[in-house]
Amino acid sequence: MARKHREIGKAGWGYTAIASVIGFIYFFPVLWIILTAFKTRTDALAVPPKLFFTPTFENFVSVFYRTSITTGTAQATDMGLYFFNSIFIAFTSVGLALIVGTLAAYAFSRYPLKGNDTYLFIILTTRMMPPIVVIIPIFLMFRLSGLAGSYWGIILLYTAFNIPFSVWLVKSFFDELNPEIEDAARMDGANERRVFFNFCIPQILAGLSATFVFGLILTWNEFLFALLLTGVETRTVPVAMARTLGGEVGVDYGLLAAIVTLFLIPIFFVTFLLQNQLLRGVTFGTVKK
Amino acid sequence: MSIELKKLTKRFGSLTAVDAIDLDVGDGEVLCLLGPSGCGKTTTLRMVAGLEAASDGDVMLGGKRVNELAPRERNVAMSFQFYALYPSLSVAENLAFPLYAEQLSGAEIEKRVAQVAKTLQLENILKRTPGQLAEGEKQRVAVGRSIIRDPQCFLFDEPLSRLDVQLREEMRGEIKEVLQDLSRPTVIVTHDQLEALTMADRIAVMRDGRIEQVDTPHNVFQSPSNLFVAGFIGTPQMNLVSATLKGSNGEGLADFAFEGDQSLKIKVDPAVSQLAPGATVTLGIRPRNLEMSQEPTEDSLSTKIDMVEPMGAETLAHMNDGHHDLRLVTDWRVPLAEGDHVHTRFPPDTTHIFTEDEQVLRSTP
Repeated sequence: MARKHREIGKAGWGYTAIASVIGFIYFFPVLWIILTAFKTRTDALAVPPKLFFTPTFENFVSVFYRTSITTGTAQATDMGLYFFNSIFIAFTSVGLALIVGTLAAYAFSRYPLKGNDTYLFIILTTRMMPPIVVIIPIFLMFRLSGLAGSYWGIILLYTAFNIPFSVWLVKSFFDELNPEIEDAARMDGANERRVFFNFCIPQILAGLSATFVFGLILTWNEFLFALLLTGVETRTVPVAMARTLGGEVGVDYGLLAAIVTLFLIPIFFVTFLLQNQLLRGVTFGTVKK
Repeated sequence: MSIELKKLTKRFGSLTAVDAIDLDVGDGEVLCLLGPSGCGKTTTLRMVAGLEAASDGDVMLGGKRVNELAPRERNVAMSFQFYALYPSLSVAENLAFPLYAEQLSGAEIEKRVAQVAKTLQLENILKRTPGQLAEGEKQRVAVGRSIIRDPQCFLFDEPLSRLDVQLREEMRGEIKEVLQDLSRPTVIVTHDQLEALTMADRIAVMRDGRIEQVDTPHNVFQSPSNLFVAGFIGTPQMNLVSATLKGSNGEGLADFAFEGDQSLKIKVDPAVSQLAPGATVTLGIRPRNLEMSQEPTEDSLSTKIDMVEPMGAETLAHMNDGHHDLRLVTDWRVPLAEGDHVHTRFPPDTTHIFTEDEQVLRSTP
């Protein structure tokens, strides 16, 4: 697995230039949102669009404190809570799904059942229809069971959504491993628990990171179920964001851009933190060892 | 210490990978399981190790039945075909790993690692990780990791199959030397007969989950007990020609007829008189035992040289009598030309005879 990465700059200026242009095109909308977050309302709506302006932090302040139109006093918004909700719900459910998925994937990979592939296929079929198809039964079930509006409800739902994906992805990482290493560990005095934790898991950390980030991004951005199944206390940022649209004062683009910008930070942070692992994770198995 | 297998059987679904084999490996003995791929040799080894559960029969280590014991409870050391070094640990840590389970003191572990590193010349690479090692070094580390403990027996799965020819010869000697010092029962799985012949005290030749013959390397080569072993051991392969017994006198002078109306008379063994005239047999003779003659003789077939392959000190000639291809190895100085007609003699003292059910009737001394 010790592949040599190409040194930085070795690709030559031509490729670097092309990559930069493509990167810029893809990143431009995001960049525009980030710029808008620092603009005043007039600058944000100016025609032609302004590229140079005096930056302001007022949008970021108003994410958390808003002046009430009727009373004129500054009030704390619930945005802090919503950010906490988004982080708590996404990380917990993706983490849970990863734990369950990893254990299941190991079992599927190392102790195949009769009809193993059928089980795996059934697990995959849950991802084959658009989730909106099941939204009514799920909504009714959540209402009946009292899960609607609770942290547990939305966390369990997201966990269930993430498990199939985790099982499949992590299983492919386990399949790549050389089982002789596990056998050797068994011969050398390790029990099954040590084989799993000390020998299998360290070898697929890259894969686990990749799975975690992919799951996190999916869950982080989820809107539909969050809209229907979260309550006032458990609302996530995408839902809160949508609620800033409309209303009596029209769309406050600066405010919206500020929320989006803040919303991007955790994902940027996690992706950045795991970028080395991620790169190895997504290329895992594509290069013959 | 000993390894004993009693009617050991492994079934995977409807497939019987290992079929009721009996085997004994004594203290200090090196036994090679030799056979074509898929013959069940690795499965047998894994059952001894405890990595595979036996479907039937017993595995006895040192006289104790160990069928139900987990690998770590059997005190067996095994080295794997792909070395199975722990990728995230350094060479020294790889070597030391089996000792952690034995809960030795740090000083004792260090001492043993140093000792093994010295035996296998690993001192300079102790700090590297497996990814930074050459194939030969990996192999040595794998061997080192298996000999660092004091196990009841050693198991090697295709220990040399991943090395190039030169390194293989070198390692063969090294492993043999190490094993002699250890004097523990050892089982080596290999599909390479040269490896088996050079390293083993005894060879068990396997086919389709059964043991065809267990004997010393010399006997397996000189007195194969059946047609499969005869054809499997030895390069170039033994010539196996089917013939019909026309008749024999009571003293073993037999008259064989071949396809294509050729026949030869050789004095073999009184045992042939057990066979009824007209019985089908297979004559087996090693390419190095065939002889050439310019004149027709009673014990020769008239043949034409099809192809000549120089092999350095010797030359391999493919002879054809119109129906059978015979391989003949002779000294490189003997002039041979493709298309030449010569008579190929079957010297009686090196001709094996196999009966129709593939068992040996007569082997050479």
